[in-house]
Amino acid sequence: MNSLYNFAVGPLAWAAFIILAVTAVWRLWSMYSLAKQKDASSVAYMSWKFSFRSIFNWLIPYKSLGWKANPVLTAVTFVFHICFVVLVIFVTPHQILLENAFGITYPTLPTKAADVLTLIVIACCCYFVYRRLTNATVRFVTRTNDWISLGLVAAPFVTAILGSWSVGGEIMPLLHVLTAEALIVAIPFTRLAHILFALFTRAYIGSEFGGVRHCKDW
Amino acid sequence: MSIQDRKIEDAGLSFGVSNLTTEKIQQTFKALIDNETGAKLKAFSESCMRCGMCAEACHFFVSHDNDPSYSPVGKVSATMTKLLAADGKVTPEDIYGMAQIAYTECNLCRRCVHYCPIGIDVAYIMTTIRRFCHQLGVTPQYLQDTANSHSATMNQMWVKDDEWVDSLFWQEDEAREEFPNIRIPMDKEGADFYYSVIAPEPKFRTQLIYQAAAIMNEAGCDWTMPSMPGWDNSDMCMYSGDFEMMGRLKRQHFELAQKLKVSRIVMGECGHAFRSIYDNGNRWLGWKDYPVPVVHSIEFFAELFEQGRIKLTHKIQEPVTIHDPCNIIRGYGLMDKLRYVAHQLCDNIVEMYPNREHNYCCSAGGGVINCGPPFKKVRVEGNLAKANQLKATGAKICIAPCHNCHGGLEDVIHHYDLGIQLKFLGDLIYELMEKPE
Repeated sequence: MNSLYNFAVGPLAWAAFIILAVTAVWRLWSMYSLAKQKDASSVAYMSWKFSFRSIFNWLIPYKSLGWKANPVLTAVTFVFHICFVVLVIFVTPHQILLENAFGITYPTLPTKAADVLTLIVIACCCYFVYRRLTNATVRFVTRTNDWISLGLVAAPFVTAILGSWSVGGEIMPLLHVLTAEALIVAIPFTRLAHILFALFTRAYIGSEFGGVRHCKDW
Repeated sequence: MSIQDRKIEDAGLSFGVSNLTTEKIQQTFKALIDNETGAKLKAFSESCMRCGMCAEACHFFVSHDNDPSYSPVGKVSATMTKLLAADGKVTPEDIYGMAQIAYTECNLCRRCVHYCPIGIDVAYIMTTIRRFCHQLGVTPQYLQDTANSHSATMNQMWVKDDEWVDSLFWQEDEAREEFPNIRIPMDKEGADFYYSVIAPEPKFRTQLIYQAAAIMNEAGCDWTMPSMPGWDNSDMCMYSGDFEMMGRLKRQHFELAQKLKVSRIVMGECGHAFRSIYDNGNRWLGWKDYPVPVVHSIEFFAELFEQGRIKLTHKIQEPVTIHDPCNIIRGYGLMDKLRYVAHQLCDNIVEMYPNREHNYCCSAGGGVINCGPPFKKVRVEGNLAKANQLKATGAKICIAPCHNCHGGLEDVIHHYDLGIQLKFLGDLIYELMEKPE
């Protein structure tokens, strides 16, 4: 089991990150090339000023009409994304892996805090599941790949908290690493691709609204 | 509710679909994806998290008891998402439903953009579906009729060349009784501007040309109206998906201005025509800037007031509300100028909410009203949201500086028995301005 775990956090992790890096760069580059080739009449209006204006305003909770009209979802969405990023970077075992690999050190979260944040992320995922089942519009448009994306995101957090509670013994840390790696590899190929593209689509529509349509897009 | 449960019989859609096979559909779809769409569609399609936040933005959704199939994401899901998943292999019957959704249940008003964290432009996706349906020959009959008129006559309403000139003479003649020195200068070279209108003006709102002439005359403008094809600035081809024809229309409009050597074009109180100039037609032609400057009537009237060239006898005292047309407000940011002009004319403006760039659409725009009588009911019932907004103001007059909005709001006001009078800015300026004794 130990050697399997070492393989998972070693070569397999490297493989997952390399696959992510290569495919993410490839996806972004091919999307950029396609935009230049096919959407020149849109690319022509791209503007740094209006891109950042739009991104900035959408990063403020309850600023846009969309955030205002969906108060609970807005809270859950912000909390989910913030906790997700904080945990990925600041949880102690991740820092240790980085230290072992690259010698990088920085302060990390106490275990208790990490557990609380993990539970919050899981709770957020539960809300997403609940909303997908109970909100008629969301149910109407939900397809299998939406569930797969949600499952991929939730799995590493569920296994992390179970591992932290020592449930399932040694298998749980292994499952955590494997599910996290599955998530990493899946990013460019599923709906999670919004991680790669959302800033650009936001920047694009911000440029259109600011530069062409002369009004707010939030 | 599925689109098949609310299928509406339309001669154009039925005829178009009767000529289709699944193979032809797939072939056309692949060509569309390969040749015409690019990163925008791909990024939008792959990034949408189907969170449903856009639903509440749409007046069709809100007015139809929050029916998910009317939500923006629901409409995308039943059209583009389905086509992409099946690589275009869908049945002719599916295409009927998709055409009905894209042409008649989305006004391309872009309100949903204000609700989407990722910034997905559903109007672009629906426009692409319309383009696809046009290429398949599946378009609502009434809308296609206006597109045919554009290609045969270069105007939307089958107005013949001599009828157009005759309408201008007629209005000039009629106005002489009230304004003895009035002229509608025709084809005057080197004038300050040419005034362009949409073809429904000579066809059935001819008094608007009379009023415009009266305003220009009293303000002492150096202006002209062209006698040649190109005088119509409207563009239903943009909405039917016939982009080749959209390009021809815009080119003709600008080339006429260049031929007349005018300094700029002033466009009448219409929204969609403006969209076709600043957003769609220009891009199709590959122009980032216009060869001749263009302004909307709102901007032009604001200019006349700023320069003190319009003198009013009085202002409207009773409560007046303002409808913000999507294409010139969310589309072109004219909300402050519209309010400036409205406040020049009325003492008591009551805002409706939401307003400005967050306005609800009139539900006529985007070519929806041009799809004709078969789809009137869904359009009017799909705009209970607007009726409620109007009602809440308590105003008995509503300013709407757009032809499509007038058409749509008239139907809403009638259907919900709101007892509100609709006015163009030109109506009010004409009514309130000083006239010769």
